Amino acid sequence: MEKTLIVMVGLLLPLMGFTAGGGVSFPNDDITIDWDDKASMQRGARTFVNYCMGCHEASYSRYNRVGSDLEIDDFQVVENLIFTTDKNGDKTKVGALMTNNMSADYAAQAFGITPPDLSLIARSRGVDWLYNYLRGFYVDESRPFGMNNGVFSKVGMPHVLAEMQGYQVPKIAMRLDDNGEQHEVIVGFDIVKPGTLSKSEFDQTIHDLVGFLDYVSENYRQTRQNVGTFVIIFLFLFLILAYFLKKEFWKDIN
Amino acid sequence: MSNENNDKGLLSWIDERFPLTKLWEEHISKYYAPKNFNFWYFFGSLNLLVLILQIVTGIFLTMHYKPNGAEAFISVEHIMRDVDWGWLIRYLHSTGASAFFIVVYLHMFRGLMYGSYQKPRELIWLFGMFIFLALMAEAFMGYLLPWGQMSFWGAQVIISLFGAIPIIGDDLTLWIRGDFVISDATLNRFFALHVIAVPLVLIMLVVMHIIALHEVGSNNPEGIEIKKYKDVNGVPLDGIPFHPYYTVKDIVGVVVFLILFCGVVFFMPEMGGYFLEYANFIPANPFKTPEHIAPVWYFTPFYAILRAVPHKLSGVLAMFGAIAVLFLLPWIDRGKVHSIRYRANSFRWLLVMLVISFIGLGYLGALPSTELRTFFARIFSLGYFGFFLGIWWISKNEKTKPVPERIL
Repeated sequence: MEKTLIVMVGLLLPLMGFTAGGGVSFPNDDITIDWDDKASMQRGARTFVNYCMGCHEASYSRYNRVGSDLEIDDFQVVENLIFTTDKNGDKTKVGALMTNNMSADYAAQAFGITPPDLSLIARSRGVDWLYNYLRGFYVDESRPFGMNNGVFSKVGMPHVLAEMQGYQVPKIAMRLDDNGEQHEVIVGFDIVKPGTLSKSEFDQTIHDLVGFLDYVSENYRQTRQNVGTFVIIFLFLFLILAYFLKKEFWKDIN
Repeated sequence: MSNENNDKGLLSWIDERFPLTKLWEEHISKYYAPKNFNFWYFFGSLNLLVLILQIVTGIFLTMHYKPNGAEAFISVEHIMRDVDWGWLIRYLHSTGASAFFIVVYLHMFRGLMYGSYQKPRELIWLFGMFIFLALMAEAFMGYLLPWGQMSFWGAQVIISLFGAIPIIGDDLTLWIRGDFVISDATLNRFFALHVIAVPLVLIMLVVMHIIALHEVGSNNPEGIEIKKYKDVNGVPLDGIPFHPYYTVKDIVGVVVFLILFCGVVFFMPEMGGYFLEYANFIPANPFKTPEHIAPVWYFTPFYAILRAVPHKLSGVLAMFGAIAVLFLLPWIDRGKVHSIRYRANSFRWLLVMLVISFIGLGYLGALPSTELRTFFARIFSLGYFGFFLGIWWISKNEKTKPVPERIL
């Protein structure tokens, strides 16, 4: 009887189909982050400390934890990843949190908004969004910094990676939206002033950077999955034992 | 002297001072449960398991958490990154919250299917409903503590609902928040309530729920009272002692549950944004409203009912009514037959309607509302309340099937 009930519910549920309207943004590519590719994440860390950390922080993350997770020894971390000083003016210690010295007030004046902490940005935005956003800056003279973004319209952030990517302008097309109205949408970019990297090199640089941001958003993820594998295996073995124990006890119940 | 004698000596020493053996026998080794419990009867003990899990992980979390507007969010990340096994404790607790509701909803559904709320188990159902209510309060206040954007704005939306109450509404919301907006004061009191007050109430209610259950005895999928037929020793003929039979059986259920639970904890702790919402990885910002505020999935059915009603106060009343009506179920259902197996077909269809409405409402409550979705939310709301109306209607002169005297 109960089975019939479940089947009935199961049959009726698909009747309620609802579609959600998709947003228009460009680029919109998907990426997969390989958590074992330490070299990629090391390159991402390099880009992060060189280009992002002037304004952004990863203030929940520690330098030496990044070092041990990405297989960079403390000496190399101090030499290559730490460019800041602490309150006393000494070089930031290797066990310190990844903060910078820009005050929130100054940042808010300079950019109109305090640049967000990036420790968890990959968890709130998702890696695909970051990958597209960081490649989506285009020339728009109407904006204060002369740049706009195809993913995050009217973003306050300047195009920090312009020297690598170069400058691009959007290719516009007209598209109908759900309500049948015409809208201008970006369908591609043309490079008007090349940077130091080719398109594929730049895409790889962003891939590495997003990989690092993904790592830093949950730096214990690999431990979590490794422990989890053992836990699940143990539970399955225990299940066999529990099942036969139950069977043995219940032999005399009809 | 053998060890056994020493043990017996100790036990009788205790028994003369505290009814240890009596309690053990009454509630475990000589508590006779029907022998035909099926899959749906795992969820009671699983609830107890999750309750204990939440209390234990909660204790460890409070050792590192800071209930302070400036530090709360950071302290949670500190737990995740710098505290040994902190990520595990936190994910167990956050996944445990959702697991609690999954298990509770299935437990309640079992009660609906087999008429476990009917006479003489009305009080068990009532205690259970109070547990459900306390659990919702517990979850709601706990969700504020990570102090993310959804914590903040979710609480903002829900507390503002009390403002719809005439005359006292505004003062009431002010009293709940302790401030004109959600603030450090709110966080602090929610912490106190989440960590001390509500758990105490929950534990007391759970004890009463179990005492009431053991007083009248468990229902079963056949809906037959096993106490009708007893042997010369007063043991129900269709009953078996809870221990060892159901303890060993429940271990199997517990392990299967833990496999699924640990699958989430270790491999998908965000559960696609349903268990941990993506926007909650952004610290609370009173000046920036998120694009879309949705409560956590276990509240979405009730939230959808709220939104389905165009008038704010009526919506609030409908939402609370959706919970209140559950309390009345033992008296709404006038049927004499307990189990769905012997009830009329109309009962089955009503239950299907309830399940579809509830899941539909839950689905819609998580999405931004559109005209079409509001339309469906109204249909499902009618379906939800229609269940109770329907039960009251059909149970008066229900065409039931003959119920067997004994469990086969």
